[in-house]
Amino acid sequence: MSAVIENHHDDHHHGPAKGITRWLYTTNHKDIGTLYLWFSFAMFLIGGAMAMVIRAELFQPGMQIVEPEFYNQMITLHGLIMIFGGVMPAFVGLANWLVPMMIGAPDMALPRMNNLSFWILPFAFFILLSSLFMEGGAPNFGWTFYAPLSTTYAPPSVTFFIFSVHIMGASSIMGSINVVVTIMNMRAPGVDLMKMPLFVWSWLITAYLLIAVMPVLAGAVTMMLMDIHFGTSFFNAAGGGDPVLFQHIFWFFGHPEVYIMILPAFGIVSHIIETFSRKQLFGYSSMVWAMLSIAILSFVVWAHHMFTVGLPLAAEIFFMWATMLIAVPTGVKVFNWVATMFRGSLTFETPMLFAISFVVLFTIGGLSGLMLAIVPADFQYHDTYFVVAHFHYVLVPGAIFSIMAAVYYWIPKWCGNMYDERLGKLHFWLSFIGVNVTFFPQHFIGLAGMPRRYPDYSLIFADWNMVSSVGAFLFGFSQLLFLFIVIKTVMGGKKATDQVWEGAKGLEWTVASPAPYHTFSTPPKVD
Amino acid sequence: MSGGSYYVPDQSRFPIFMAVSLFLLVMGASSTINNLDDPSSNSVYILYFGFGCLFLTMFFWFRQVIKEHLAGLDSNQLKQSYVYGMAWFIFSEVMFFAAFFGALFYVRTLAVPWLAGEGSKGAYISAIELWPAFESSWPVMTTPDQGTEYDLADKSMAWPGWDHALKWLPLWNTIVLLSSSVTVHIAHLGLKKGNRKRFNTFLGITVFLALIFVGLQAAEYYEAYAHYGLTLNSGIYGSTFFMLTGFHGFHVMMGGFMLAIMLGRSVFAGHFEEHDHFGFEAASWYWHFVDVVWVMLFLFVYIL
Repeated sequence: MSAVIENHHDDHHHGPAKGITRWLYTTNHKDIGTLYLWFSFAMFLIGGAMAMVIRAELFQPGMQIVEPEFYNQMITLHGLIMIFGGVMPAFVGLANWLVPMMIGAPDMALPRMNNLSFWILPFAFFILLSSLFMEGGAPNFGWTFYAPLSTTYAPPSVTFFIFSVHIMGASSIMGSINVVVTIMNMRAPGVDLMKMPLFVWSWLITAYLLIAVMPVLAGAVTMMLMDIHFGTSFFNAAGGGDPVLFQHIFWFFGHPEVYIMILPAFGIVSHIIETFSRKQLFGYSSMVWAMLSIAILSFVVWAHHMFTVGLPLAAEIFFMWATMLIAVPTGVKVFNWVATMFRGSLTFETPMLFAISFVVLFTIGGLSGLMLAIVPADFQYHDTYFVVAHFHYVLVPGAIFSIMAAVYYWIPKWCGNMYDERLGKLHFWLSFIGVNVTFFPQHFIGLAGMPRRYPDYSLIFADWNMVSSVGAFLFGFSQLLFLFIVIKTVMGGKKATDQVWEGAKGLEWTVASPAPYHTFSTPPKVD
Repeated sequence: MSGGSYYVPDQSRFPIFMAVSLFLLVMGASSTINNLDDPSSNSVYILYFGFGCLFLTMFFWFRQVIKEHLAGLDSNQLKQSYVYGMAWFIFSEVMFFAAFFGALFYVRTLAVPWLAGEGSKGAYISAIELWPAFESSWPVMTTPDQGTEYDLADKSMAWPGWDHALKWLPLWNTIVLLSSSVTVHIAHLGLKKGNRKRFNTFLGITVFLALIFVGLQAAEYYEAYAHYGLTLNSGIYGSTFFMLTGFHGFHVMMGGFMLAIMLGRSVFAGHFEEHDHFGFEAASWYWHFVDVVWVMLFLFVYIL
């Protein structure tokens, strides 16, 4: 026991351990944040490579490059990897790096569990990716894994998929509990709830959503497992169950999940727009209340993904109106961002460019979401490329642009060097053009009736598909430039000041750049 | 600890060991389940090995946390983190059960009546005459396909009427589990008053009641399989019945195990003080949670 105490005294103000064990055994929120961010980058590139396969096949009508079976595996894994391996871990990584520094805490509340939450993920994705080499191939039923495609007609690897989802869920739940407890319990004196930086607020709400819905996903995959192997009939009408039950449970998880992937983005963009407008953020408390309303509403809109499945009319009307209601708090947020920029002293560094394009392009995605929310219109749009365009607009220039913005914005604080502004802007413009060329035409082919998830299509969709594929290759290969910029910044570059950006406010800008290994071992004074 | 310093543990091997254990556990579980028909498969040993590693890692991890606590490294703020952490963990468990209760309510009130042709949605289903003989009832004793793919049960686990109430196991289960919630509370009160003997006695009774509950539940399952013909494969009633009670039973075992550990810590190591016993308190919260789930089960799975 005395050894424990002595260890503790050695603890203070020492740097990272040497060698690989620094990363394997670490309890440091900055190390774990870095691990999360690199992991998510790796997954982003793998999932992106799959998207390239998809777009290459769709470059022309007819079957060119892959077998339809493999195409199905690609669309499934692309979705799963981008959501669970790309976007979510990236946001958790940002939370790890930033939340303790923003609230003046010495670390996350439960540092060892924090490490566990990360290290489950590489194993989970190893299992998921290894299913590509199993008999019968990888999961091929789409990322939404609807029964009975994922039960009666699933390849044997579905069992591995189910268990990998289980441990991913465990990782998310533990990570979220850590974030919630950190925010509730570790704020420095003076950091009141309504003074918390918006990124912290957005993560408090996100973590709550995660803890609420990841167990529901675990329930859904457990029912699948039992139906496949142990004779239950949750999703089989012959035994009194209902395949539609799967969709209800899945989307009860799935819709809050959508907001899990966008709320932290709202937080990030609020910080960046405030800094580069050199103004106080417009409407702080309305931002908080808007996020809370979005989170609460997210639990009562799930069936808008299922309008064509044969719901009772009353349900369709309820879910239509509840969904449209979400536009109100979202509109408040967009208004506030624009009002923050209004008459500000704007400059357009790379993070600001990404943030502004977030506001514009995410709004496009939001508006196409409103179109999809209208029941009679959705009967036409359902399962077409219009839906693909819609959710890629909210996820790519939404969630992913916000992650890139966050990396450019905070990387000087993380490694002490400024990124190359010229290359950063080049990356932005290539990505911006790439994203729009990829996904905007998908609105047209979707409205014209091209269904999603097919490797082949009618000749009438050929032109816009080719345009879309060209845009996808442009966007995809531009991300290698991003990788280069990040590595270049980590290796060296112009030294960053402590405040980094002229207009930056918040506790994380008061510590040195790069941030010391341990920050705020004693709580800072905040008024 | 004063001065607001929060104990941030140094590097630790436990998390990565636990991640590897989980990996082995789920790889073993997946390949075992995929090879259920193949008696020559050895995957089950990976499963056992993973489980063993997980168990050992958790044992040493908790031991380390207890040591640090006894060494006085935990500030009040850190203790508060454990309190919040446990509360949110229980919330996640609530949501896990919510998924299964949601499934139960959905099939009972919507899916089964529709399959039997009731309501406007049911009209479409009866129009295609897939299973015209099926009639809606709960418990669903005759599956829509009249048992061509499913084993039909003779009898359900539902409320048998007042005449048979005393021979009805779920009633006894309810009495046992509700009493155990009371005894664990008495144990807690005893500990708060510094009465170690009362704490140990009543915690011991609680663990004993947990064992009785698991035993009764096993007897009930045996009864269902051996005499009622009610199995996992009996259609949606068997599915919801066994999954809800099964997951609850599994949680009773975990909760009972936690309480047994707390009993062992108190009896053999003299752990826990009047104002410092969150390890026990967390386990007792979990126990009350398991109890509440049972009350819901008793209402919605057995009685109504």
